[in-house]
Amino acid sequence: MEIKRLTAPFSREEALALHAGDAVLLSGTVYTARDAAHKRMCALLEEGKPLPFPLEDALIYYVGPTPARAGEPIGSAGPTTSSRMDAYAPRLIRLGLRGMIGKGLRAPAVVEAMTECGAVYFGATGGAGALIARSVVENQPVAYEDLGSEAIHRLTVRDMPLTVVIDAYGCSLYETGPAAYRDSLKK
Amino acid sequence: MREIPVSRVTEAVRGLCIEANRRLPPDIERCILQRREEESWPPACGILDSILENISLAREKGLPLCQDTGMACIFLEIGQEIHFTGGGLYDAVQDGVRQGYREGLLRASVVRDPLRRENTRDNTPAVIDCQLVPGDKVQITLAPKGFGSENMSRLQMLKPSDGLEGVKRFVLETVRLAGPNPCPPIVVGVGLGGTFDRVALLAKKALLRPLDNPNPDPFYQALEEELLSLINETGIGPQGFGGRTTALGVQIEAFPTHIAGLPAAVNINCHVTRHAHAEI
Repeated sequence: MEIKRLTAPFSREEALALHAGDAVLLSGTVYTARDAAHKRMCALLEEGKPLPFPLEDALIYYVGPTPARAGEPIGSAGPTTSSRMDAYAPRLIRLGLRGMIGKGLRAPAVVEAMTECGAVYFGATGGAGALIARSVVENQPVAYEDLGSEAIHRLTVRDMPLTVVIDAYGCSLYETGPAAYRDSLKK
Repeated sequence: MREIPVSRVTEAVRGLCIEANRRLPPDIERCILQRREEESWPPACGILDSILENISLAREKGLPLCQDTGMACIFLEIGQEIHFTGGGLYDAVQDGVRQGYREGLLRASVVRDPLRRENTRDNTPAVIDCQLVPGDKVQITLAPKGFGSENMSRLQMLKPSDGLEGVKRFVLETVRLAGPNPCPPIVVGVGLGGTFDRVALLAKKALLRPLDNPNPDPFYQALEEELLSLINETGIGPQGFGGRTTALGVQIEAFPTHIAGLPAAVNINCHVTRHAHAEI
């Protein structure tokens, strides 16, 4: 299968060229955020205050890494379950967020915002945190260091292996993948 | 009477935290390798290859297999001839967890209160299950439990009339609802019987049994095999991207129950089904 190379941040046009099931090697900048950071960001929006990083065309990686060894940028760093961020994601997507990296199902409201704004949901291999960490070349704290592993960090990644799970057209690999496999058994 | 200073328990627990998070039990790795050979769906093969590579990398480099280094679930079997000295046993266990998670660079993933949610910073407290057994040995099993899969676990008080079919339906429904969320391929721990609280513990303990070690009761062994086939017919596949390998194993533990009840619990674990054991 052809592997697409992509550099973050990327535009709506580039997002529209991605389709559920595509294998992607991602390079560039991604921001880490989990439940607690999302909650704080949405509280800032309520107060009309600026966010700790620019959302326009940005990618958020749902990850809470283990502590890094001396001399390493990061510890193990696989994806966490994305549905816990479903309450916050539509709002961020409508403010310019271009993509999310995580694992697991998304709520219909998230997919609706994605199709409306041209955003993409990528899956990283859950439970392969040591392997994924090899793609991280740089790691800088951005905000909420008091949250420990839930703080927001700016990661520079190189050739991070991802799969497009839900594309900007609302097509989900979680539906098409198992269905295609089951069809293959009938032939 | 055998005297054991609790510092020995602390030391053992410290080591187990680190070992369990870096080295997958050999039965799990063997099973993934075997399922990789049996898998025919190309995207699923790719995912299983990554999972196997991750296992080798974590072992060789001494890295945590997964960033969710879990809530430490600790099972103690204590010989009744033992007298612990030098402090409280449970405090000694918590000290071991505190030291192991810090020294092993494992993630602190525990909040002090479920609603107020302040991180305890050292992954304590661990969840301790303790049983008294004959003899003068201590068996310690430590299983770090990640919550991607824990969150997809379910418990239901079935009726006796629901019977075997009701149990199968409940297990399959739980796996389908979980879908891609618990990082398949999964290991499915099933508890049957006991009481509301006991059935959940049975399901959790079922996850500690090696995958190549089926239930000794032929009735439950057959049910484990049947449920595994049914789960792998769903096509959910590794990571939910489709394929045969949705589950690596189904492990059932049963216990006597009340004439009016059929408690059933399904505790789901991801492919990183970690546990480590020590004897003192």
